[in-house]
Amino acid sequence: MTKKTKLTDIASLFKDLNIESLDGVTIEGDIELNITGGGGLNPALAYALGQEISHISLHMANIGRILGYPVDQLFSQAPGMGVAGVTTPTKTTMQELLAAKFEVSPIKNWTNPIQEVTLGATSADGGSRKSTVTLGGENALPYYFDAEMPHRNYITMDVFDMPIGMAKAVKSNYEDVINDPAEWAKKVVRDFNADMVTIHLISTDPLIKDTSARDAAKVVEDVLQAVDVPIVIGGSGNPQKDPEVLEKAAEAASGERVLLASASLNLDYERIAKAAVDNGHVVLSWTQLEINAQKELNRKLMKQCNVPRDSIIMDPTTAALGYGLDYAYTNMERIRLAGLMGDDELTFPMSSGTTNAWGAREAWMVSSPLPQDSEWGAREYRGPIWEIITGLALSLAGNDLFMMMHPTSVQVIKEITQTLYGSIESKTVDISNWIGAEV
Amino acid sequence: MKINSPLEAYKYLPATNCGECGEQTCMAFAAHLIDRSKKLTECKPILEEKFAKKFKELQTLLAPEIREVEIGVGERAVKIGGDDVLYRHRLTFFNQTALAYDVWDTMPENEFVERVKKIDDFKKFYVGSFLTLNMVAVRCVSKDPKKFANAVKKVIENTDMPLILCSFDPAVLKAGLEVAKDKNPLLYAANKDNWQQVADLAIEYNVPVTLFSPDDLDTLKSLAVTFAKMGTEKLVLDPGTFPTGKDLKKTFTNFLKIRRAGIEGDKDIAYPIMAVPLTAWMTQDDVVSASYWETVVASIFTIKYGDVMIMHSLEGYALLPQLHIRDTIYTDPRKPVSVQPGMNKIGTPDKDSPVLVTTNFALTYYTVESDLASSKINCYLWAIDTDGLGVEAAVAGGQLTAAKIKKGIEDSGFDLKKDTTHNSIVLPGLAARLQGDLEDETGARILIGPADSGRLPGWMEKNWPPKPK
Repeated sequence: MTKKTKLTDIASLFKDLNIESLDGVTIEGDIELNITGGGGLNPALAYALGQEISHISLHMANIGRILGYPVDQLFSQAPGMGVAGVTTPTKTTMQELLAAKFEVSPIKNWTNPIQEVTLGATSADGGSRKSTVTLGGENALPYYFDAEMPHRNYITMDVFDMPIGMAKAVKSNYEDVINDPAEWAKKVVRDFNADMVTIHLISTDPLIKDTSARDAAKVVEDVLQAVDVPIVIGGSGNPQKDPEVLEKAAEAASGERVLLASASLNLDYERIAKAAVDNGHVVLSWTQLEINAQKELNRKLMKQCNVPRDSIIMDPTTAALGYGLDYAYTNMERIRLAGLMGDDELTFPMSSGTTNAWGAREAWMVSSPLPQDSEWGAREYRGPIWEIITGLALSLAGNDLFMMMHPTSVQVIKEITQTLYGSIESKTVDISNWIGAEV
Repeated sequence: MKINSPLEAYKYLPATNCGECGEQTCMAFAAHLIDRSKKLTECKPILEEKFAKKFKELQTLLAPEIREVEIGVGERAVKIGGDDVLYRHRLTFFNQTALAYDVWDTMPENEFVERVKKIDDFKKFYVGSFLTLNMVAVRCVSKDPKKFANAVKKVIENTDMPLILCSFDPAVLKAGLEVAKDKNPLLYAANKDNWQQVADLAIEYNVPVTLFSPDDLDTLKSLAVTFAKMGTEKLVLDPGTFPTGKDLKKTFTNFLKIRRAGIEGDKDIAYPIMAVPLTAWMTQDDVVSASYWETVVASIFTIKYGDVMIMHSLEGYALLPQLHIRDTIYTDPRKPVSVQPGMNKIGTPDKDSPVLVTTNFALTYYTVESDLASSKINCYLWAIDTDGLGVEAAVAGGQLTAAKIKKGIEDSGFDLKKDTTHNSIVLPGLAARLQGDLEDETGARILIGPADSGRLPGWMEKNWPPKPK
């Protein structure tokens, strides 16, 4: 019986035999190795392999021995190829590139898909939105080749129910609408291409204006009238007042499948969860840079408050570039990896308050307060890119939805996330001689 | 690294607990070997002849999966590569991405020197030290070996930074090498056409070399295998940086694949990776758009496995985020990040200005500082040493106490009675429970600030200056 084995198959055979190293081995082309019944290596073949194989003859010999072939006998018959004489030269002249095949395996333990969550409801589903946004569904880290990413990233732009302090570069875009949340919402959708709008009811804070929950709900209605994209409703962050404000807002937006922001461990999350469930909304589960707290809150929302799995999005907190982004990045990456590897308490889409980037002084200060620093560059360019890089880093960690503020940042984040998602055509450019490029 | 428990490393150590490495026991030293905070050569006894075999074996086991390549000489030499993990939380990423900025040999002399100096000088203060750029990449645009050599010479005259010599013409590279042969520059690059001559140069001058194979990982691996066979493993891989669209996605995929294969044990491809975000300039027309896109591309490959990068924009608004994203990704996640404890003046405080305390957890401290500075609140802010914990955790864990606050203020030579008119301290809202203790300790009036420093401006309006009791 004759077995025909292509020499290229031998490499994999070697691997299985636990050989330490096969540096520099290439066996290519149409040469075939005939292993006859008794298991013999044709001396003519050894000759054909010639120089190329001699330097690895030690390895080959070992394989041969494992295969049961009397290798040493063969070597002794071949003048100048004694095993003991093999040394690795410090420099070898090569005529041809050694052939090699690049191979890499997909990740095997990403077995658990991320939950899909849809925001917004069209008239068919009892709402009045013209479009919806679906997040999640990933089977791999974002943009990885291991699995197709089912949905692109989305951006919701911030609108406030009263004028607030903002960096100059941000404010200049909103001065005409700063007193009118509905107009503001229209502007971000119409002019800045926002996928969604977040209405922050910050004036409800007792320490700010103490606007009543009822009045705040009216603002929500105005915004829902003004735009037909899905919306996010944010409270003021006051843990005593937020449950009431979000309850009233949830009722006002009943059936629209908004994202209620947010439930957290330091307020009455049950009330917020109930408001979401009763009115068909999604809950934003917000924790502060702590993966175990995130698990706990998600668990409570699911088990204690009966929030369906398709109605939870996580905000594990966004810290600005230079101000804790390392924690925020790694926290998100760990959450996403845990989800993909089967932790059902963490398999939810994620949202980032990317606007937090504007808290970094590098984003808004005219120049460095420190005389030793080199020029920081114009702040009108520094601010948006601070928001962009903060968001971009988190997109690579698995973030799905970005809450953002500056139109330029929104545009660039859309461009780069959709580039990595794979939906943007390339500009033709020959990089093969970039060295001589005129730049 | 082929082993992951201290016990596995311990087996190879002398087990004498001699303490020469600074650790009390060999087991403790072994733990540092595994977390890579100590080097095997710090164990003096194992360097003795009788342990030679064990030393060699352990050194092989401890070697990082991705080879480490050194570029340049002296204090500013950089090491790249040396990683063992795909995610920073699994250990940490080693050897920050080296940032090289370009000059080219057709630049007018005065601009050339000015640019080199700018690259050399750029710095940004951050958490106690300066973030800086690393290297100068000299591009041969003239195609003239003499002009190139002259440019390389001018760089060397103006900076100690490591060099990257960029040309596909071996004659040009050789001319540059002749000038920079003592500087251990990185050659850029060998490709499928010039590889024999470039390999000869790399080996003859004993310098690291980049292998360039745009979007062809088989050829890239062929080059790497061939160079290793020819006698050098000081290699850097450039799979091409395509700056836009689906091509950029392919580039991203190539970086992921190369690093994953390397970490998973394919030694043939386990080398540092180079990105060239400079290619962004080939598709953008104006400086701002090009700088933005270059920074975006560079950030992606800082996060995903780029070990060295060649860039162009020296605009401050591009360099700042680039330096910070690198610091973000390479900060050791095992160490809590903390700031220097002590007093910091925000704005221009005087005797009527409030005295606030917070912790020395960098994130907390910088948040409070930034909240105060952005609201133009002139004040004294103390970072109390809490071993780098935030306020809530430090109060709960006893790292933030009345005694520590008192000591912190006194250590700065500050006297509340003399240096302020109000003799009061503002405590973070989350540390309210220390109020009574702190009053007893200091005799000062203790005010409770908001739980979130973002609310300090509103709080100040209502509560400052403090009303007489």
